[in-house]
Amino acid sequence: MKKTMYEKIWDSHLVHEPQASTPILYVDRHLMHEVTSPQAFEGLRIANRSVRNPHSILATMDHCVPTKAADRINLPDPIGKKQIEVMASNCEDNAINLYDMKSPNNGVIHIVVPEHGFVHPGMVVCCGDSHTATHGAFGALAFGIGTSEVEHIMATQTIQQQKSKTMLVEVTGSLKPFVTAKDIVLAIIGKIGTAGGTGHVIEFAGQAIRELSMEGRMTVCNMAIEGGARAGLIAPDQKTIDFLRGKEFAPKGEYWDQAVDYWNSLASDEGAQFDTVVTLDAADIAPQVTWGTSPEQVLAVNQSLPTPSTMEDSIKALAAKSALDYMGLEAGTKMTDVPVDVVFVGSCTNGRIEDFRALAHVSKGKKVANGVQAIAVPGSYPVKQMAEQEGLDKILTDAGWEWREPGCSMCLAMNGDYLKPGQRCASTSNRNFEGRQGKGGRTHLVSPAMAGAAAIAGKFVDLRDWD
Amino acid sequence: MQAYTKHSSIAAVMNRANVDTDQIIPKQFLKKVERTGFGAHLFHDWRFLEDGSDNPDFELNRPEFKGAKILIAGDNFGCGSSREHAPWSIADYGFNTIISTSYADIFFSNCFKNGMLPIRVDAPTLKALMDEVEASPGIEITIDLESQKITTPAGLSIDFEVDAFRKETLLQGLDDIAWTLTHEQKITDFETQNKKQLPWLWPSA
Repeated sequence: MKKTMYEKIWDSHLVHEPQASTPILYVDRHLMHEVTSPQAFEGLRIANRSVRNPHSILATMDHCVPTKAADRINLPDPIGKKQIEVMASNCEDNAINLYDMKSPNNGVIHIVVPEHGFVHPGMVVCCGDSHTATHGAFGALAFGIGTSEVEHIMATQTIQQQKSKTMLVEVTGSLKPFVTAKDIVLAIIGKIGTAGGTGHVIEFAGQAIRELSMEGRMTVCNMAIEGGARAGLIAPDQKTIDFLRGKEFAPKGEYWDQAVDYWNSLASDEGAQFDTVVTLDAADIAPQVTWGTSPEQVLAVNQSLPTPSTMEDSIKALAAKSALDYMGLEAGTKMTDVPVDVVFVGSCTNGRIEDFRALAHVSKGKKVANGVQAIAVPGSYPVKQMAEQEGLDKILTDAGWEWREPGCSMCLAMNGDYLKPGQRCASTSNRNFEGRQGKGGRTHLVSPAMAGAAAIAGKFVDLRDWD
Repeated sequence: MQAYTKHSSIAAVMNRANVDTDQIIPKQFLKKVERTGFGAHLFHDWRFLEDGSDNPDFELNRPEFKGAKILIAGDNFGCGSSREHAPWSIADYGFNTIISTSYADIFFSNCFKNGMLPIRVDAPTLKALMDEVEASPGIEITIDLESQKITTPAGLSIDFEVDAFRKETLLQGLDDIAWTLTHEQKITDFETQNKKQLPWLWPSA
């Protein structure tokens, strides 16, 4: 029988498939951060259970960590401080590898893990974080879980899981200039909706996906969850293999060739059947900007905001009206007439070296507009260091950007970086929900280059005809 | 975990679609290291005014919905993050049942793990339920998980689907980990095989 990549990974990880209950799936790698793990460790302690395979876990601190260097020494938030301390002692007590705030490897979990080659093609990977889908870029089945499941995996190395349906999203042809991985995934979500992928694992394929770097593929898979999917997957290829070669946790010596052979067997078989197929032409994708409070409320930058009263679907019209109200925007306004107060580049979606190169490229020799606060937050210390070696930090600070320490920062505003009520932000993060970046804050999701241009112009601009 | 038994309870209506986890429990409340006490912060940004008093315009603050155990909500409930703080806060507030047309996958699965029953109904049924509650707010609806039936005072009788295993664990209040560990030998066998096939994934390699 011809199998999809998802089915191959599923079948190879099935520990038990009981007649009348949920299948048990083996979990190869478990990623951890400070927000969704403390109650899981508490549960283990109460039940007197231990961590089955500590080597399968890699942990970091990212959600609550300050991005100002001084605040990392004296944490200003006592509750965040406690969460960080609890994380450190939980990892120490259970022999878990932790990249704490002082580690040169510290950063956002979904940035750090690939930097060390901890996830390989064909693995099942879980983390108490919905953006675990990122690691699908390597051809691993990676998905977010709740804290009860974090506890369950620590105790059993497995998860109870129903099999998902499969969706193929094929992006044919090549991207036009100034259009990036972020624009691909926002365009896909615009097409299928935030619940379009519910119950599915999405495999992204097609020429435009193949032509993306590993960083770009991570950006696409990262936001599979914003399309409602459990996970995103991209078949491993030479780029995947080259990326992993020599990394700390990559297979070594004689095992390398064996591993590569295995990875090369994982792609969906020619003619394998998917439950749903969606096709986009890359040439039709323009730079994207979200305008509302759900990632599906997205437009090409050269379009105008929708007019709810003319929308056919009454539920969508109601949602659009309430989103425009929250966002403080008038129906029909041109996207390029919308000003910004704050610009944020970073997060597990767009906090990688390629993202800061793109940002520096548009910022070189320019100045951030008066009154705009522009914050660049590298996804990890290795990203920060690499950017500094390339002189990107200098280009950005000369242009008026703040160059910070790594962390999740203003993606979800748990660490002291947040929008004030009413502030409008061009953000490279993944969610534009009400209050996501701070109570009353207004988020527009964009690519790093689009964010950079918005910082300079003080409003959204169409990079394709921007000087 | 507490067993889920047949009950008749007040149903509250939230006629909004895509209620996301950032609204259910805003991130400033995610820093606790215990599982309890999140109900006080449920829907914080909608529920309270700037001065901390109750927002009278928010659905759950309606006096008729006080003590509700059943939440009837719009499409795609619980979308967004994987934070289990979302179902913890809903359960801690006092709900044990949610009725909607659809849920985000992770949220749906998290509900069962916290003794809550998320029920899927079709759009006309959801509308009928919302209409009945809106016509006489404060009415009690009966949820019978054993026979998979919702009944209302006006005479609606709605059958719903639920995964057989999840139904059983809810009815008995079973611990997932204990159940999985009854298959521990199979896990060990899997690992023995895995060490042979993919030895580089194991520490000794």
